[in-house]
Amino acid sequence: MKTYAEINEKIKQGKAVVFTAEEIIEVVKEKGYKDTAREVDVVTTATFGPMCSSGAFLNFGHSDPPIRMSKVWLNDVPAYAGIAAVDAYIGATELSETKGFAYGGAHVIEALVRGEKIELKATSYGTDCYPRKEIQTLISLNDLNQAYLFNPRNAYQNYSVAVNSSNRTIYTYMGTLLPNLGNATYSTAGELSPLINDPYYRTIGIGTRIFLGGGIGYVAWEGTQHNPNQNRNANGIPTSSAGTLALIGDLKQMNHQYLRAALFDRYGVSMYVGVGIPIPILDEEILKQAAISNREINATVYDYSVPKRSKPNYGQVTYAELRSGSITINNKTTPTAPLSSLYEARQIAGTLKEWINEGQFSLTEPVQPLPTDLKVNSLEIK
Amino acid sequence: MAKKKIVLTFPPELTESPLTYHLVKDFDLAINILKAKITPGKEGKLVIELSNGAEENIQAGIDFLKDQGVFVEPVSKEIVFDEAKCIHCGSCTAVCHPRALNIAAPDWKLKFDKELCIVCESCVKACPMQIIKVTF
Repeated sequence: MKTYAEINEKIKQGKAVVFTAEEIIEVVKEKGYKDTAREVDVVTTATFGPMCSSGAFLNFGHSDPPIRMSKVWLNDVPAYAGIAAVDAYIGATELSETKGFAYGGAHVIEALVRGEKIELKATSYGTDCYPRKEIQTLISLNDLNQAYLFNPRNAYQNYSVAVNSSNRTIYTYMGTLLPNLGNATYSTAGELSPLINDPYYRTIGIGTRIFLGGGIGYVAWEGTQHNPNQNRNANGIPTSSAGTLALIGDLKQMNHQYLRAALFDRYGVSMYVGVGIPIPILDEEILKQAAISNREINATVYDYSVPKRSKPNYGQVTYAELRSGSITINNKTTPTAPLSSLYEARQIAGTLKEWINEGQFSLTEPVQPLPTDLKVNSLEIK
Repeated sequence: MAKKKIVLTFPPELTESPLTYHLVKDFDLAINILKAKITPGKEGKLVIELSNGAEENIQAGIDFLKDQGVFVEPVSKEIVFDEAKCIHCGSCTAVCHPRALNIAAPDWKLKFDKELCIVCESCVKACPMQIIKVTF
């Protein structure tokens, strides 16, 4: 048994023993759970996948004379300005009014992080205290007072495997799905993925300090549609989309390598977000979960050609099967393709490990755990 | 063994002639059809790979097609991707039938085998980063 304080003391002294969630699998094979739990302090997890539910709060500062911005556009992408005078929220999936699918909120966020200039346009009805009715100028990240990513739903704990049983190609947020079960796409980092390595949210909770987009961020809340009650396999891992995280972090610290605008053909704009979360090895049970491997993680194969809330499924496959390059559905071999980048996720887990080893990043005990019993409501048409 | 990818453009009057039959029978060539758009009575396009023969057989086969009035060009289009901008997600591999684009263990970095590519261009739109292009 270890405490957060003991682990942080070791981090401060540069003595913490840290492995990534992939490396720890081999360590456990060699030394067993008991010895490993005693020797290892932290396991780092990571993911780099498309996360539509992302966006940033920006504060532009006041012009002279001032304006109470009621409509805001950044490079022709509308931002939500129904908050105080010069605050706005730019959502990742919002589309440009002039370029359509080719450019969206995610592109604006990436451009800001790259240090590029963005055209700000705003209009207002004008008030006695805010007389200006329109403004057009150039801004960059350094000019903004605050710019922070606030992503309502990131780092899904597992997700669907998508296939298409119809006889035409379909275009989805799970990529291009070929007819007659011609391909299968999946989108988590499996054994490296944050919430898969802490399936019952014992260490990841509100207030957990994390790697977000290349900088330091925090878990702000449970993510929207957080679903801890999803079916779980014998290892406690949800067999489809389950827990989620709402994340917050300073855009000014971030790196465009870990925040990339994406376009899904005939679906729309999304953003690849890099998330890395440390798991403190407080006891053997936490280690057991963190050392889970791809063959112990199942995901359910859903038919995306059925445009319904509840899609028919073809049962489950393991991540070891998905990673092998093909799965068998209805006695037919279907090639698999990932949508989230394992290559980049490994870079993130490695970077976080380095930060901890160098004493730059200490662990936080959650101020409140994530809900472990919560029902997801549907929208009924009344 | 020699291999050659070519694009054939047929005038309307030739779309009903069994030209590929002659390539097999008279020139002993193996034909792999990579892409085909043929409507009887209209101009047709066929992208094929000729193999199984010596260089001279392939050339003789091509000369035969030209004699018949087929317009023959080498496959000159090529897929290129900007590796520095690639995030190695793997989305493009989902639509690549010939497995020219491939992502796998151990490093999970995107690899492109030009030899396998049939320039179907499906990957161009499937890439979420929009960094795959066709060059001429």
